[in-house]
Amino acid sequence: MKASLQWLKEWVEFDLDGQALAQTLTMAGLEVDEVLDLASGLKGIVIAEIQSAQQHPDADRLRVCEVSGDAVPRTIVCGAPNAASGLKAPLATLGTTMPNGMKIKPAKLRGVASEGMLCSAAELGLGEGGDAAAGLMALPNDAPVGKSLLDYLQLHDFVLDIDLTPNRADCLSIKGIAQEIAALTGAAFNPPQIPEVPAASDRALDVSIIADADCPRYLARAIEGVNVKASTPIWMAERLRRSGVRPLGPIVDVTNYVLLELGQPMHAFDMAKINGGIQVRRAQADESITLLDGQTIDLDPECLVIADHQTPIALAGIMGGLESAVGDETADIVLESAWFSPEVMAGRSRRFGLSTESSHRFERGVDPDLQRQAMERATELVLSIAGGEPGPITEVLNDAHLPKNTPIELSVSAVNRLLGTQLQSAQIERALSGLGMSVDLKGEQLKVIAPNRRRDIALPVDLIEEVARVIGYDALPSHAPAGELSLNAPPENVVSEQRLRTQLVARGFHEVMAWSFIGTDIKNPDGSSVEGLVLANPLSQEQALMRPSLLPGLLEVVSRNTRYGHQDQRIFELGHCFDHQSESLKLGLVLTGLRAPEHFDAPSDPVDFFDLKGEIEHLLGSNQIGPVSFQAQPGHPWIHPAQAAVISVNEQAVGYVGRLHPQIAERYDLKKSVIVAELDVGGIAHCAMPSHQPISRFPASRRDLALVVREDIEAGKLLDAIHLVAGDQLEKCVLFDLYQGEGIEKGFKSLGIGLIIRDNSRTLTDEDVDAVSKVVVEHLTQTFDARLRG
Amino acid sequence: MDAKALQALIEKALSAVAEAADLASLEAVRVAYLGKKGELTAQLKALGGLDPEQRRTVGGAINQAKTQLVEALNAKEETLRAAALAEALAHDRVDVTLPGRVNALGGQHPVSRTLDRIIDLFTRLGFQTATGPEIETDYYNFEALNFPAHHPARAMHDTFYLPDGRLLRTHTSPVQIRVLEKQAPPVRIIAPGRVYRADSDQTHTPQFHQVEGLVVDRDITFADLKGLLTEFVNAFFEQDLEIRLRPSYFPFTEPSAEVDVRWHDESGNPSGWLEVLGCGMVHPNVLTQCGVDPEQYSGYAFGLGVERFAMLRYQVNDLRLFYDNDLRFLAQFR
Repeated sequence: MKASLQWLKEWVEFDLDGQALAQTLTMAGLEVDEVLDLASGLKGIVIAEIQSAQQHPDADRLRVCEVSGDAVPRTIVCGAPNAASGLKAPLATLGTTMPNGMKIKPAKLRGVASEGMLCSAAELGLGEGGDAAAGLMALPNDAPVGKSLLDYLQLHDFVLDIDLTPNRADCLSIKGIAQEIAALTGAAFNPPQIPEVPAASDRALDVSIIADADCPRYLARAIEGVNVKASTPIWMAERLRRSGVRPLGPIVDVTNYVLLELGQPMHAFDMAKINGGIQVRRAQADESITLLDGQTIDLDPECLVIADHQTPIALAGIMGGLESAVGDETADIVLESAWFSPEVMAGRSRRFGLSTESSHRFERGVDPDLQRQAMERATELVLSIAGGEPGPITEVLNDAHLPKNTPIELSVSAVNRLLGTQLQSAQIERALSGLGMSVDLKGEQLKVIAPNRRRDIALPVDLIEEVARVIGYDALPSHAPAGELSLNAPPENVVSEQRLRTQLVARGFHEVMAWSFIGTDIKNPDGSSVEGLVLANPLSQEQALMRPSLLPGLLEVVSRNTRYGHQDQRIFELGHCFDHQSESLKLGLVLTGLRAPEHFDAPSDPVDFFDLKGEIEHLLGSNQIGPVSFQAQPGHPWIHPAQAAVISVNEQAVGYVGRLHPQIAERYDLKKSVIVAELDVGGIAHCAMPSHQPISRFPASRRDLALVVREDIEAGKLLDAIHLVAGDQLEKCVLFDLYQGEGIEKGFKSLGIGLIIRDNSRTLTDEDVDAVSKVVVEHLTQTFDARLRG
Repeated sequence: MDAKALQALIEKALSAVAEAADLASLEAVRVAYLGKKGELTAQLKALGGLDPEQRRTVGGAINQAKTQLVEALNAKEETLRAAALAEALAHDRVDVTLPGRVNALGGQHPVSRTLDRIIDLFTRLGFQTATGPEIETDYYNFEALNFPAHHPARAMHDTFYLPDGRLLRTHTSPVQIRVLEKQAPPVRIIAPGRVYRADSDQTHTPQFHQVEGLVVDRDITFADLKGLLTEFVNAFFEQDLEIRLRPSYFPFTEPSAEVDVRWHDESGNPSGWLEVLGCGMVHPNVLTQCGVDPEQYSGYAFGLGVERFAMLRYQVNDLRLFYDNDLRFLAQFR
């Protein structure tokens, strides 16, 4: 809502400048986004008249104008198409600093001296948009030449742009804001007199309301013989412009003016286009209407319409119909002033993409007592501008459906209990009655009736907020945090997200945050689409699919950073992933580039599968999460089928690790090897609690075995088998060597395995150790056809 | 041997000790004089041929000479050993300015770093952390929070919908409802998480993060809310900032407020007010909806934008940097 300070001062006697008023309103919940000083940059602009306009000798587009209005006659070179003899337009005199900062100096344009600048509305900051091509701002014929434009247009004014919250529909008008200012500052509210305009004809209208709950009050009035070509007076045009409304013609300007002034949306019909009478009803399923903006919409019983006896002529409270609109030929009009319920308005304008000043107000709730006053005001204004003979007002009212504020019981203690204050009943009473509420005070109990325009006041708490607002939040007390202490300790066996993060960061990973949505065009290598939840109203197709996996987002990040020149990347993300049934927190990891930063004394090998597997083993192992196992499992479409493993914790699959599928790597333009992993955080959220085991006082022995097996036998199986058969004395076994090549038959590999053997109760003899080793070798020979390397 | 000859012998020996350049030549000197066939040993052996009187005199002189020599040998050995060690150590010299074998450096994302800090501060005040799903129902995101269907306040939230009518939560406030449904007062929680709005421009990203706070107990007042937020803001920024509460509107709180902090420009002068969070007293309709009696309990709730706090704290001037994930940006947060 844009409000002119001048206009407000007509309604309320206050003595604040633009900035001070903005501060007052903002601190009362009417947030002022901007205060515009209309006079800024317009000093030195005078009303000028073009006495003659000649073609410039050397430029087709320019005219040389002799202009009066400055202290002496001036020659001005001007490029505007409408620069012609007799036109009155603003002149920026020499020395003027324009709103855009440009200083007007004597100049030569193609050899002709120019002493000032004739201005368009846009150049003065008075027009909408950049309509410089439209030419000079044409002023009315009676505009006094030589007078300051500031004075003529009364531009010594500030416009406040107020960002109103949806509850304060009552402030969507000059009247409403003025009432608020009066309440906040104690200034006198002086509404202008709005006299009843007596009927000059007996032209009554036939109005019937069928949807009486949707429209409990409808007023209509005919005005016959209006001059629709009359021009809107400059004061009204200026007020509309300052409120951000473009003047369009006298009738619509009047209805817009009343909307801005009083907050009552109105509409005007061309009476000749109304067949029979007016009906307010729900639309039928097969009806449609072409609206003022030219758009034709199909109606249904959800829509409230104003209809004549044949067809809908307006979408009630949102926009009028094109057919019944006031046009250049209109002689007689019908003014409408009605109250439509917020319930029937709700969502309709949004549904049709029609957000209008009118629907905005009706959705939020118009003052149900305002319609007659608005009708009188509009009649008065139409008559004064466009003439005509008003008929009597036809009013149809179903009082039962009209909202009416009822008394609210409020106790002083309830106020103080919620605000933490020690307010007295008189202070509360003063705050509320200042807002136009009727307050009946009995001891510590108040009975309050809010004015009907305050559609947001229904509960005691609504009143408490009003009290707080009027007193000022700044004036309310503040208490240091206090409360009963309670120790809500997190379980020790829960591995927090923070802990995972901290550990990964310590291992050299950077945390990233990708978008939760990915493109719907993302495909698997076989051409199938990535499945998942697609948004109904995405911002774009690139952000339409709720990510089923962190991988696409992570790869996008890796790809982008590769383009930025980062060859070596270690990144992770913790974030939600989605499928049709559920969402879950996942941990995604990516390694690419070199295993370790380049160093003068260390090899610079590219990362491989075992780097990331090792990181996962480290992360899980250092948190006592497990037991953990890795099994080869091709099948993930984005992972290299021969370097893919499923990760299990306590025999539950919790994720995968593997090398990125080369086709996917190519798609993301990744030329180095990329290793990825993704884990379900829920699956690694619990760790084992430490439980002390006695430490053996006896020394350990080690036996190293060199075993040759077929190359397709998995090392993990071998190690599992060793643990299974070696017995309790096997403390640990390590795989310290893997060899294929000279000396080993093709198709076979040699594994170096160290057995660390220890007993808790005695020092083992060589025989004891050999016995363990023997059992292991025999089992491996039988099970895996292993043989000791000769 | 006469005293003069002994003196000459010992001087020769001492000079040999002095000249020994390393432990090996020192050992050779020791052997040459004190070994089995050493010159001084020979003199001692020769004592046997002297008469007792002479033996005592000469013997005393020889032993004294021997003691002198042993001490010299020991001292020299110590010097040589020290020199040898010094040489060995010098040999081990490395250029300490060569780069260390450092692991790659990682870093936490500034948004999660900020989240952790906020969570930590509230945890110190006894708040527990609660979470909720990012895909929500209309009920939790709007209806239970006192946003009726088609209410204009819904237009303040540009909501992403799924075809089945579910939505991406537009704020962390649904967690208030989820917690109040399960837990009877007293409730003192924060709910950090990701939220979504269908809006993307220089100052809006379609996803961002909030931390919701909710306290419900007996006799909770607006003054408590004001005090808590003042304390929190000052703790977070480690500055005594001026803060102001300004009336606003959220359907699920009343009275509602927006909180501004008075920021300072680079030279430390107060500049404009910056809005950092929204808050208010929990609306009685919300309490009732969750089965909490508003006559017995009251509460406050607040919601803060994590990115906004991160931007202010770390001087980040463009919101979109957080989701570009440029490592040059991320590496600044270590």
